[in-house]
Amino acid sequence: MSILVDKKTKLIVQGITGSEGTYHTSQMIEYGTQVVAGVTPGKGGTMFGGKGEIKFDYEIPVYNTVKEAVEATGANASVIFVPPVAAADAILEAIDAKIPLIVCITEGIPVRDMIKVKAALENSSSRLIGPNCPGIITPGETKIGIMPGYIHKKGKVGVVSRSGTLTYEAVNQLSELKIGQSTCIGVGGDPIIGTQFIDVLELFNSDNKTEAIVMIGEIGGNAEEMAAEYIKKNVKKPVIGFIAGRTAPPGRRMGHAGAIISGGKGTAEEKIAAMKDAGIIVVDSPADIGITVKKVLDGISIKKKIAAKRKSKIAAK
Amino acid sequence: MKIHEYQAKELLRKYDLPILRSVVAYSAEEAGKLTWDLFESQGASVIALKAQIHAGGRGKGIIYKIDTNEPVIFEEKQLHGVTIIKNGQLADKAYRISKEILGNKLVTLQTGSEGKVVNRILIEEGCNISREFYVGIVLDRQLGKNTIMASTQGGMEIEKVAEETPELILKEIIDPKIGFQDYQARRLAFGLGLKDRAFKNFVEFIHKLVLAYDELDCSLLEINPLVLTSDNSFVLLDAKITFDDNALFRHPDYLSLRDISEEDPLEVEASKYDLNYIKLDGNVGCMVNGAGLAMATMDMIKLSGGSPANFLDVGGGANVERISNAFRIMMSDPNVRAVLINIFGGIVRCDKVANGIVEALKTVQVNLPVIVRLDGTNAEEGKQILLNSGLQFEVASDLKEAAELVTKVLSNN
Repeated sequence: MSILVDKKTKLIVQGITGSEGTYHTSQMIEYGTQVVAGVTPGKGGTMFGGKGEIKFDYEIPVYNTVKEAVEATGANASVIFVPPVAAADAILEAIDAKIPLIVCITEGIPVRDMIKVKAALENSSSRLIGPNCPGIITPGETKIGIMPGYIHKKGKVGVVSRSGTLTYEAVNQLSELKIGQSTCIGVGGDPIIGTQFIDVLELFNSDNKTEAIVMIGEIGGNAEEMAAEYIKKNVKKPVIGFIAGRTAPPGRRMGHAGAIISGGKGTAEEKIAAMKDAGIIVVDSPADIGITVKKVLDGISIKKKIAAKRKSKIAAK
Repeated sequence: MKIHEYQAKELLRKYDLPILRSVVAYSAEEAGKLTWDLFESQGASVIALKAQIHAGGRGKGIIYKIDTNEPVIFEEKQLHGVTIIKNGQLADKAYRISKEILGNKLVTLQTGSEGKVVNRILIEEGCNISREFYVGIVLDRQLGKNTIMASTQGGMEIEKVAEETPELILKEIIDPKIGFQDYQARRLAFGLGLKDRAFKNFVEFIHKLVLAYDELDCSLLEINPLVLTSDNSFVLLDAKITFDDNALFRHPDYLSLRDISEEDPLEVEASKYDLNYIKLDGNVGCMVNGAGLAMATMDMIKLSGGSPANFLDVGGGANVERISNAFRIMMSDPNVRAVLINIFGGIVRCDKVANGIVEALKTVQVNLPVIVRLDGTNAEEGKQILLNSGLQFEVASDLKEAAELVTKVLSNN
């Protein structure tokens, strides 16, 4: 089991003929993702099989609009590799075409554009992951994004994070210890993002094959505090957390008004305190994320074994 | 991206916002001449000299001599970031005071103890002040909407107001679907206790300010104080703008507003190569791909008994040239005692990074311990390149080992 995406997910790639789009489409196809169409305005009606040194295993039909691509292929997810100038427009087009899951990889979209996107997402039938994120992967089934597929391993730990390479680091530590993942999501590092920690936690919480959750946060904003509050109230599964940026200089502020709106929240210490208060196991060193998850999972399996023994004893009586 | 007060005012003038007559000077001679030409010869009786630096708290800030670190004394008094001159001989005083300020440094609550060197002075006509307000517009990240804040506590540090008397800050959230509305402007004006002409003038002012914030792609726009004069007009006495860096491509004209003397020279150098570098005051230089992993690596250095000398994210497209430039910049910080390179190859291939490091070490003389941790795509190839280079590296295969090596080399020093 997994959340949001699996091997049945049919994906279109917006910006497939650009260099980033082409490269990562080849990587996604190699991983086993069902890429059913591409969208590049002006190149509709052609077939695209890669360019330069990059050749896809199969040719992909290209459409002028997202709507045409969805109608022709029944795609239910889109990944966006469109430059910042046009990326918000690409997201809006995908929302208009009622694509259930939109993943935007693009880094550097203006805040003013994202405010519009956020408004368009309200009451729409779409969910957005990102922008400025690595994407989402359900190991062994499908990869929608730019993460290195091979470091992942199928399993029962859900991973949610605000960063890219730090997520790879955590996932790699897990896989090296033979701990697999149900689904891994990078929600993105921008001020305005589509899917928040809380949304992902809710999904992991109700996914009966996810046994533990790893949450990797950063300084700034108050997403971690809100997630901690949600976990305290709703989540019974063990959550292991890490906050990056404890040594980041406090003098480097983003302008004072921002700190006021988040109510003085945003430092690593405040986030860690809120997370500990919610029962989250907070790891001090980023080198210890994997080993901490292992200890927690071993603890669960020992408890299960004891419970099973008791049960069989009672049954024997 | 931050800009100076005088630049912010120039931009806001285009929105027909009420701003006092002012001019910027780069030297004491210029300050004296401009004060005479524009103010004293025209019969002005009061002017303000305002030091231009990218930090707030200038009014209470103190000018220090750049060489001796002693406070500058002018006519038996300390000089602050803002000086009011009145009672005649404006040009002469403007010249003499500017001479003491320009080239020296201004230390405010926001600059840290090292302060900032003043290279520009704004000369502005005086105005009578009946009341002072605070108005700011900023993004509420959680809502994904812009928010206007207004307060009767103008001229004060707004963080303090938020902490001590949060009820004195009024907020209006702008709905992106319908835009900022009249009733919201009225609600703010009523909340600030304004009446009659002042009420009408405020409503007009706030609409223009919202338009400017939006069109200029600001991520912060603050007017503190917004002054109400005795004839019930408003004046933007100070103006602070921070642009959304992601939107700079829409405003090529902003390039000319950048003042690189406000930035750390190494950070300026790094920005030329599109590297994300922030200088810190620690002893372990670090070079990492990805901002999250870079912050985590800094944290780990601290836990290992060191202190990070910088934040350096080489990004996703790290090639040989990028890596060697990053290395050179990191090493030009004289406080660095050891170096940790932490690369998790995803899109970036570790063999390419290793080639970059070897290339960099050919041109930069390094007598410090260099710890390299490569993991992910082509990590083995990368390690072999480093080991075969004949150069001295401490090679770690995971983060834990890297942390232990940091502790080891620091205790050997």
